[in-house]
Amino acid sequence: MAAIELERLERRYGERVALAGVSVRVEEGRTLAVLGGNGAGKTTLLRVLAGLLRPHGGSASVLGADLPGERWKLASQVGYLGHEPLLYRELSGRENLRYHARLHGATPGRVEELLAAVGMEARADDPVRDLSKGLVQRLAAARAVLHEPALLLLDEPRANLDPAAVELLEPLIGRASGRTRVLVSHDVEGALAESDLSLGLRDGRPAPVGAELYR
Amino acid sequence: MISTARAILRKDLLIEWRTKESVPAMVLFSVTVYVLFHFGLDRDSLDGELASGVLWVTMLLAAVIGVTRLFAAEREQGGIDGLLLAPVDRTSLFVAKAAALFLFLTAVELVAVPTFALLLLGPGLGGAFPELLAILALGNLGIAAVGALVAALAAETRARELIVPLLLLPLLVPLLIACAQATEPLMRQDAGTEDLGRWLSVLTLYDVVFVLLSVAVFDFLLED
Repeated sequence: MAAIELERLERRYGERVALAGVSVRVEEGRTLAVLGGNGAGKTTLLRVLAGLLRPHGGSASVLGADLPGERWKLASQVGYLGHEPLLYRELSGRENLRYHARLHGATPGRVEELLAAVGMEARADDPVRDLSKGLVQRLAAARAVLHEPALLLLDEPRANLDPAAVELLEPLIGRASGRTRVLVSHDVEGALAESDLSLGLRDGRPAPVGAELYR
Repeated sequence: MISTARAILRKDLLIEWRTKESVPAMVLFSVTVYVLFHFGLDRDSLDGELASGVLWVTMLLAAVIGVTRLFAAEREQGGIDGLLLAPVDRTSLFVAKAAALFLFLTAVELVAVPTFALLLLGPGLGGAFPELLAILALGNLGIAAVGALVAALAAETRARELIVPLLLLPLLVPLLIACAQATEPLMRQDAGTEDLGRWLSVLTLYDVVFVLLSVAVFDFLLED
């Protein structure tokens, strides 16, 4: 069964076309790598798939929800790990995760479990503003999987992480998680190695994956 | 819905407690304006319409600061995305933001109203204190409902510092009239409570209309 099905998807910002003619089908449990240079439309695609941006043309079905009309169905099924960690700087990691747990109906026990899983138990009560980018990224990963989402949308998920942290997060956001994933990365070889299919984007339009994407 | 609103409110109060960005600024602004009136009018005391007008215009202008900052954490730290990605009723966000603004205004008035009485008010408020509390509570509720609506509307705009006062203050004109008219008799030398019931009814009606209106349109404000 297809977890994601896009047909000639379009999205504009005013007059500027951010995505056009994007078609792709991703089966459940598979990983799609989205590749392209800066401004190619990768993040816009992730935000459309998350239900945060409306598509302006074509059709988009994510986990059985037709976008944009049924995007409310996605709320508890999508884990989004983007450029922003979606954590409040003045709150501690534990307070942030407990806040998101309340929004998603997850238990405090799940929060403690994830703090341990991302190796943040010792720093869990420090304000997020005092943490390094790598530690914030660990917390953001924990936040993204707090509600056991069926689909993970990952935008450079390993940015700022050291090799040990990458290994630590593998069961949560890596291939080992068993979830359907859409992975945006500038590490072309790494992304292709851990994906089942790929989508190249150039100026918002599909393009063959290769060196041309970055020229 | 209530438990989600409580979670968002608790988070907002915690952030305000730690950053102290809104309430202290609103308090400082109010006190400064009362000091300016004290010297600007070159009068030791005000009463009646003038006193009531000075009190409420200052409170409304102080509210602009709170409204401008109401969505700051969501805007600057991705909180809106966090909420849109969760299975929450957006009305709970409105309820939480309006409740936060109501509490901020109440905290400001705990300092600002005594300061006003000390610096500017001629007649004492002793006998009319319960009536003033009722007017302040209804006034705060109206400001909170309209303020949360305007704050959400301006949250994603670049010129929000401009948009907030331009939208908020005209919408609050009926509330200002009702609050000032209700308060005026309490601040006369021969303090009385005539017409108080009528103006409290107007305030209640204003609050009901704007709470319902805000709940009805709040969902659409967060659409991209």
